[in-house]
Amino acid sequence: MSLTPDQLQRIALLARIEVGAAELPGVTDCLNGVLGLIDQLQALDTRGIEPMSHPLDAHLPPPQRLRPDEVTEPDRRDAYQKGAPAVEGGLYLVPKVLE
Amino acid sequence: MLNSTLSQLSRALAAKQISSVELTRLFLDRIGALNGRLNTFITVDEAHSLGQARVADERRAGKGNAGSAGPLTGIPIAHKDIFCTRSLRTTCGSRMLAGYTSPFDAHVIERFDAAGAVQLGKTNMDEFAMGSSNETSHFGPVRNPWDASRVPGGSSGGSAAAVAARMAPAATGTDTGGSIRQPAALTGVSGLKPTYGLVSRYGMIAFASSLDQGGPLAKSAEDLALMMNAMAGFDARDSTSLERPSEDYCRSLAMDLKGMRIGLPGEYFGDGIEPGVRKAVEEAVRWFQGHGARTVSITLPNTGLAVPVYYVLAPAEASSNLARFDGVRYGHRAKDYVDLADMYRRTRAEGFGTEVKRRILIGTYVLSHGYYDAYYLKAQQVRRLIAKDFVDAFARCDLIIGPTSPTTAFPLGAKADDPVQMYLNDIFTIPAPLAGLPGLSIPCGFDAKGLPVGLQIMGNYFAEAQMLGAAHRYQQATDWHLRAPGEAPL
Repeated sequence: MSLTPDQLQRIALLARIEVGAAELPGVTDCLNGVLGLIDQLQALDTRGIEPMSHPLDAHLPPPQRLRPDEVTEPDRRDAYQKGAPAVEGGLYLVPKVLE
Repeated sequence: MLNSTLSQLSRALAAKQISSVELTRLFLDRIGALNGRLNTFITVDEAHSLGQARVADERRAGKGNAGSAGPLTGIPIAHKDIFCTRSLRTTCGSRMLAGYTSPFDAHVIERFDAAGAVQLGKTNMDEFAMGSSNETSHFGPVRNPWDASRVPGGSSGGSAAAVAARMAPAATGTDTGGSIRQPAALTGVSGLKPTYGLVSRYGMIAFASSLDQGGPLAKSAEDLALMMNAMAGFDARDSTSLERPSEDYCRSLAMDLKGMRIGLPGEYFGDGIEPGVRKAVEEAVRWFQGHGARTVSITLPNTGLAVPVYYVLAPAEASSNLARFDGVRYGHRAKDYVDLADMYRRTRAEGFGTEVKRRILIGTYVLSHGYYDAYYLKAQQVRRLIAKDFVDAFARCDLIIGPTSPTTAFPLGAKADDPVQMYLNDIFTIPAPLAGLPGLSIPCGFDAKGLPVGLQIMGNYFAEAQMLGAAHRYQQATDWHLRAPGEAPL
């Protein structure tokens, strides 16, 4: 499978990354090179093989734990907001979404 | 002192031959002298390091209330700039986080602090750990101490080069597809990627969460074992952290190689390997044969599919993990934009470098509607086949040995414009993390250009002590790991 520049723009929109018109052909070519590499997988018959999503799932019982539903974190809002680009009154500021 | 192992430094500190302040000063001066040329560190804060060194000296003297001293108390350790630190900024090699200081410490940082180690600084790395040459860093490439016109490997290239140039006695790194082992090989140091789940990922900036694993880089296998004793351990804040009894990774250093079965995978000794790499690795294999180990031919038939599987799964996980960098809660925000969506797009276009954007786009594509089954699920199925190859192999052998990388260090820029060539170079390091298995790399000689060659030792789940034991026996009989590079004379 290979991507057209239009399809790439659609992917870039989904990824929330601006790709300028000037870089579009180069980025498309490069991605198609990588897709050529991963297309090697298509030749393999994988019917009946269970997908592996956790690196130890073949080896150990499911290691994902659940913790008791209790508050464990203190309120550190000020510390966390110190590094934010724009905050006011404890809120993160973003451009207006609704008029 | 610069070329001493961690246990030698520990003994010197215990015997009061040197103080932690003096030792830290020694390495800070070394960094000051070499960093302009090698670019191994992104952030160094001398006052902070020396302050921690003073506390360590008090602890060794039995003063203060930090508890009794341990083997790492007072030893300066460099940290890959992917581990969040409250006291030093954490950039992850990206413009996106160039001004970021974390409000918390990573679990790994907490462990080293608790052990009394000194934070020596934050090391350079490929941006968000995406790269195999350290050329994708926003802060410029790291240079290989063996030949400054060449790359140190990546993504933990700064940590590897810092240890190689004796700018740090040891360092932390992370490995997703080879990011500890490959730079260790290319710079002539030792590096270990542990079994998935042994080292907490809390505060370790996420790239591909089902593959990412922290681990140590140091001069020797014995030092790696000491580092692992400090780094590994259960942490409830990482949902994939394993709850296991703590172990002493030094316990098998005196092991006997007699009767050990070493698997040699045919796929790791094929045509694509440089002659200098092949020669050094085969000589190391003969050394193990001559010291009681028995070699068996094994096959890992799906090795060739590991790179394609990785370049579906890792970008897919990355596209999800890196969605958090949106210019709202932390990090870079674009100056000019017309609305919220435009702010996201411009912030991410400016804040991320070319390779990171490439992987996010690939990941978005393979997860998008209509392609998920063909790419993502398919890759997860082949991942299971690769893991099963290892299960079959470890029924016939105890350890697997081969080259860490098919080549020695390549020139800066040689593969930078051809991502597929760069990706394929990681063919021998990608399979272990796909299977969740541990792997280490130790130096085993030099090629005709005088560049170090890495020997990879892979083991079964939780076989770290055994792997380190085998590596230590080899290092007691050889001195490759003690050679210091010409670009950084001692």
